[in-house]
Amino acid sequence: MVTSKYMPLDGANAVSQAMRQIDPDVVAAYPITPQTAVVQNFSQYVADGIVHTEFVAVESEHAAMSACVGASAAGARVMTATSANGLALMWEMLYIASGLRLPIVMTVVNRALSSPLNIHCDHSDSMGARDSGWLQLYAETGQEAYDNTIQAIRIAEHPDLLLPVMSCQDGFITGHGVERVGILPDEAVREFVGEYKAKFSLLDVDNPITMGAWDFTDYYFEHKRQQTEAMNNAMPIVRAVSEEYERLSGRPQPIVDYFGMDDAEYAIVVLSSTAGTSRAVARQLRAQGWKVGVVKPRVFRPFPAQEIIEAIKGCKAVAVLDRAISFGALYGSGPLFTDTCSALYNLGVTGLPIVNYIYGLGGRDTLPSMIESVYRDLRQVAESGDRGAPVRYLGLRE
Amino acid sequence: MSQMYEIRWHGRAGQGVVTAGELLGEACMETGKYFQAFPEYGAERMGAPIKAYTRVSDEPIEVHAPILEPDMVVVVNPNLIGIVDLTEGLKPDGTIVINTPEDPATIRRRLGFYTGKVWCVDATKIAMEELKRDIPSTMLIAVIARASGIVDLEAVIHLTRESLSGRLRPEVIEANVRALRRAYEECVEG
Repeated sequence: MVTSKYMPLDGANAVSQAMRQIDPDVVAAYPITPQTAVVQNFSQYVADGIVHTEFVAVESEHAAMSACVGASAAGARVMTATSANGLALMWEMLYIASGLRLPIVMTVVNRALSSPLNIHCDHSDSMGARDSGWLQLYAETGQEAYDNTIQAIRIAEHPDLLLPVMSCQDGFITGHGVERVGILPDEAVREFVGEYKAKFSLLDVDNPITMGAWDFTDYYFEHKRQQTEAMNNAMPIVRAVSEEYERLSGRPQPIVDYFGMDDAEYAIVVLSSTAGTSRAVARQLRAQGWKVGVVKPRVFRPFPAQEIIEAIKGCKAVAVLDRAISFGALYGSGPLFTDTCSALYNLGVTGLPIVNYIYGLGGRDTLPSMIESVYRDLRQVAESGDRGAPVRYLGLRE
Repeated sequence: MSQMYEIRWHGRAGQGVVTAGELLGEACMETGKYFQAFPEYGAERMGAPIKAYTRVSDEPIEVHAPILEPDMVVVVNPNLIGIVDLTEGLKPDGTIVINTPEDPATIRRRLGFYTGKVWCVDATKIAMEELKRDIPSTMLIAVIARASGIVDLEAVIHLTRESLSGRLRPEVIEANVRALRRAYEECVEG
């Protein structure tokens, strides 16, 4: 284990520190709104000669991901960063990155999608990309955003995986919030990520390959089958990298973080910074004798079904909190809820009362009192035997 | 100190309020504590009333939400009295730290705050005398140190020297340190 140096950093700055230490070959990014300070800080490192990265300032987010695809196909270690509508503009290229099996790492500061115009936190941006073939990690704190970003490199580039990874954190809440963040020594990160030697590269003229070729009714299906197989088998790779990073940093890196789940009767499943608020509330309620718990998936793609279901299946009632709506899904529920319900059924768990809360859209504050009200609702659901409204809204004026 | 100490800052955009909140957090971090420092984001324009928050704790801070019931309210600009509800949510036994030439009794009356503590300091006067500029925000950290004990004055001074060294001339850095010491000495409780 190496000793971290503690610095006062906002989440965006923590991620740029990780990028500085990773020192990728190429970063292509769109430099203005909706971009975040991640790229601003990193471009300063480039200008100051602190990193050796080729920084490509492009004219749009679509071009940013296109340049990343090109550089990665050429065999470079490639990173980028985006947010909100910028991620939406990358859409087409997200699928090309994953379809070409390019291990690009993108940090995402989660923010709402227009319209109406809003720049504050919710998960609509990356949740919309959940089927794009990228792995997704969600950070509770700036510390986790830093840690996840470093691990993402090793996960993406693992020779048995070769898939792009999004490392997400909450816009403003952690992205602009300054906290104490432990930074590993530069050489420790350098050693951990190692030197990247692309398994396949367009510039490797001794081993010529074709990428992105015409792939019609004859083989496209087989290639998609291989791609989904890679994602289906990603979890052991994520776990192995996490464990190695945990040994290096001394900071636990669970796939799913549990609080109070050994004996919890009521549980909240939630991603990112609100998991922290939920845990703080759960701690207080447990001190009053309530058996409550929190389940925080750090990894959302691939979906850690087994880990979540094992934790919640014995509860009396469970709430899943979503910071995004899957419009048109059953009851207008959120993506974490639909995936959790699907996992319950497929793993043979029936009859567990489970409800969905949509919260925090467009940066609406999620206060401890709201989390407490969720636990109270869950007790009501269990004691009355009536599930009530399957999808509810937290902190909404109606 | 209690396990968690929560501060809300009031000032006007451009006064260095957010930076002061972060600097306080950093000074606390230097003494082994955990902190969060974050502004409230609205439409940003120079001179508009703004709020910022600093949380300090001996334990890792898990909650990610605005501070609704602060232990302390710090007012960088006294002309916000009557414009912004400065005591909103402030704990009855909480503390107000305010940059003002007025005395605590007057401030209590103007804010209608008759419980808790009030600390006054004329940070603007100190800033003008020592730094020749109206930049009072960081001086209030010295008053926070004295009023709350969450951070040691010497830790604030050490950090100030460290963060300014190389960026400002030594005599300017020492003027900043002098200003901090004066704010610590000249603030009055009532």
